[in-house]
Amino acid sequence: MAEDFNDNKTIQAQSSETISGGGAGVTPDKDYVRPAEVADQDLYHGHSFITKWVFCQDAKVIGVQYFLLATFTGIIGLILSWLMRLQLGFPGAAGFMTAEHYYQFVTMHGMIMVVYFLTALFLGGFGNYLIPLMVGARDMVFPYVNMVSFWMFFVAVGVLLASFFVPGGPTGSGWTLYPPQAILEGTPGSGMGIILMCVSLILFVAGFTMGGLNYLITVLQARTRGMTLMRMPLTVWGIFTATVLAMLAFPALLVSAIMMSLDRILGTSFFMPTILKAGEMLEYGGGSPILFQHLFWFFGHPEVYIVALPAFGIISDLISVHSRKNIFGYRMMVWAIVVIGALSFFVWAHHMYVSGMHPWFGFFFATTTLIIAVPTALKVYNWILTLWRGNIRMNTVMLWCLGFIVTFVNGGITGIFLGNVVVDVPLSDTYFVVAHFHMVMGIAPLMVIMGAVYHWFPLVAGRMLSEKLGKWHFWFTFLGAYSIYFPMHYLGFIGVPRRYFEMYDSPYITSAVGMNEFISTAAFIVGAAQFILIYNIVVSLKMGKPAGKNPWQANSLEWHTPTVPPEHGNWGDKLPVVHRWAYDYSVPGAKEDFIPQTTPPSEVADTEVEKT
Amino acid sequence: MHVGFIFLAVIVGSILFHIFTPWYWTDIASNWGSMDDTITLTFWIGGGVFVAVCLFMVYCVFKFSYKEGRKAEYKPEDKKLEKILTIATTLGVAALLAPGLIVWNQFINVPKNAIHVDVMAWQWGWQYRLPGDDGKLGSTKVANINDNNPFGIILEDPNGKDDVLIQSDVLHLKNNRPVKILLRSVDVLHNWYVPQFRAKMDAVPGVVTYYWFEPNKVGEYEVLCAEYCGVGHYGMRGRVFVKSEPDYENWLQEQETFSDLVAKQEEIEFSKTKLAKK
Repeated sequence: MAEDFNDNKTIQAQSSETISGGGAGVTPDKDYVRPAEVADQDLYHGHSFITKWVFCQDAKVIGVQYFLLATFTGIIGLILSWLMRLQLGFPGAAGFMTAEHYYQFVTMHGMIMVVYFLTALFLGGFGNYLIPLMVGARDMVFPYVNMVSFWMFFVAVGVLLASFFVPGGPTGSGWTLYPPQAILEGTPGSGMGIILMCVSLILFVAGFTMGGLNYLITVLQARTRGMTLMRMPLTVWGIFTATVLAMLAFPALLVSAIMMSLDRILGTSFFMPTILKAGEMLEYGGGSPILFQHLFWFFGHPEVYIVALPAFGIISDLISVHSRKNIFGYRMMVWAIVVIGALSFFVWAHHMYVSGMHPWFGFFFATTTLIIAVPTALKVYNWILTLWRGNIRMNTVMLWCLGFIVTFVNGGITGIFLGNVVVDVPLSDTYFVVAHFHMVMGIAPLMVIMGAVYHWFPLVAGRMLSEKLGKWHFWFTFLGAYSIYFPMHYLGFIGVPRRYFEMYDSPYITSAVGMNEFISTAAFIVGAAQFILIYNIVVSLKMGKPAGKNPWQANSLEWHTPTVPPEHGNWGDKLPVVHRWAYDYSVPGAKEDFIPQTTPPSEVADTEVEKT
Repeated sequence: MHVGFIFLAVIVGSILFHIFTPWYWTDIASNWGSMDDTITLTFWIGGGVFVAVCLFMVYCVFKFSYKEGRKAEYKPEDKKLEKILTIATTLGVAALLAPGLIVWNQFINVPKNAIHVDVMAWQWGWQYRLPGDDGKLGSTKVANINDNNPFGIILEDPNGKDDVLIQSDVLHLKNNRPVKILLRSVDVLHNWYVPQFRAKMDAVPGVVTYYWFEPNKVGEYEVLCAEYCGVGHYGMRGRVFVKSEPDYENWLQEQETFSDLVAKQEEIEFSKTKLAKK
């Protein structure tokens, strides 16, 4: 294996800008940026196919690898959802569908979509690709560990999918894996399935921690000169804060997975009380099923924000760029992200209002949960205020942004229903909950992912995606998904419980038959519409319009690399120097309607810049 | 332009759907109308915010769509506006939270005159136990459960002797009398849920959980298990009859008490030994 190191090792302080302020009477140089304190990073450059594309240490390639593998698992999750909707809309239409299968599909769909699709895609995919580029670093600070992170994820996905082929199949205990049923007979996959699930999660957390440390330290230590924290694009803020949450929350998932494996394999009783099953006393006793729920949701609720915060950050940037307007209230947006992240550790038990925990918890967790609505609402206001008096390009990216606002506000409002403890009592464990979390945590982040794909594809591939196909893709997905989940809330009002394999023999549920058929049909169409994107990507990779440099006229650093797509090392010989925030759009007095972050003040001297 | 119209149609469609939906609450049959009221309040405030935000967005789409040569406004911050929005949102949230917490306080404080009902769940079925004349349920232990003692009642506990045992998934309740549902499970999580009563709570093995309501409409209702409990979850149903006082008392008289059961078993034991001696 050929090894060589980047030879343009320079101390930036000696190589670039003049340091001003020599003696008295000299006005300080407006363009002055503090010199770098550490030497430029050495990078390992792979030469063989294996080191360049497989065991690669370039964060951009790792990002694409994460993206592709997460998308692959996401497609499996999508197919599972089709099978579930087939059963719910048209019971018996799939002859092989037993209750066991149904519950296995529900479980795997949920776990795949939340952890292996959304989390991996936002942090592993977008995080890896965008963080070094956006903060002006050459790569992540620990490229080797970063590579290992992806391959741990790869193994975790392998173990997860292997559970489809073991005796008894994958676990069917619901994505929350609540004991005691998760490890007792009577739940599908309570043999090997649940063990493989726990092992896969343990691997995922270990691998993810390696990536997460990279994202954090890169943001904290490897920003380029002039890139202060309060100049970072909100995408970086979102991913950064989400990673902090992940570092603190995933350990809770790790210990619950370990303890549950011990309960299952060694017969310990962390979560297992005295149990009488089929007339026989099991050899368990003294454990607490509610303890597992606390641990799980201590992870599970921050997990919602691990997905949501990067989405918040990305959507802020997309709206700003395509409205040709600065994001409104940047400082408040940053603080809202940080505050939401912090508060997300104090709301977990709102998933457990009817779990049998002490009822006084209800007062505390309802209060914290509704408090979190305030910074979240402020973010929404700031998005629409960014549109206000903008110059909004109605392109595909903007359509996804608008779709995000509608679905996110809708899902956020239903969250206020469920967070307000007493309203949760009739609605919990019904289809209202299913509709709520799919709207706010499934569809809304998906809108962001799609917007981000259309926005950054030109950077990654050097070619534009087809706008025409993109718009078809959007309208099918948005209108379809909205007509799946908006009516579904009303099934919850009727009282239809979730996780029912079939339910039509209940008198008041018969009215739901027609709606279930409609929802299922919409789900098939929305799912199929996603293949428009795949087609679009495949065709545009070869035949798309060349993107050129900075096709969206954006300010943030990733669009200002010497080559498009950026090469390994990102910046050629010299790191960029940052002079301003990422949102100087339509500044009065400026020639263009954007001023890139790298533009020094002297070049745009007669502009009225307010924030730098 | 068509983008704005489609989004407008989505918002108007959502409102119309909400007004004309045939899918809505089952008729309430308990005292928890206040839960429905809290939801209605949340609909007004939350729905108002949803509509306002979306309409503002649609307005921006119509008004500020890209025009060559126009320049967007440059205004990074507006401290005053941000302050107003923060305060208004906080007030709105407080207006939702306060009534919610008041009703929750009612929900977790059970009236003194409530009849206690022991709901015992397993994979996959229900059975019930009511207190006898002493008004108290005897304490139980999972380890005590066997064919002769299906509820696992602790024999030494005098309160348990007159407990009324209902070894079927059909429960009867007295109309207009609060009932405290005491939930326990012998295996996994379950949840005893009647949509018309609105309230629900998980049954957790190892502990006794509770909730209360006051049925106020005579009739027959279906019980659903609302917490996933394994492959038979969807089939785990039961029935509740809410009856007027005389009907209820008649039904109660016909039920077997724990001492009846013990006596019956002793009789069987006795005749068995007699048979063996012969």
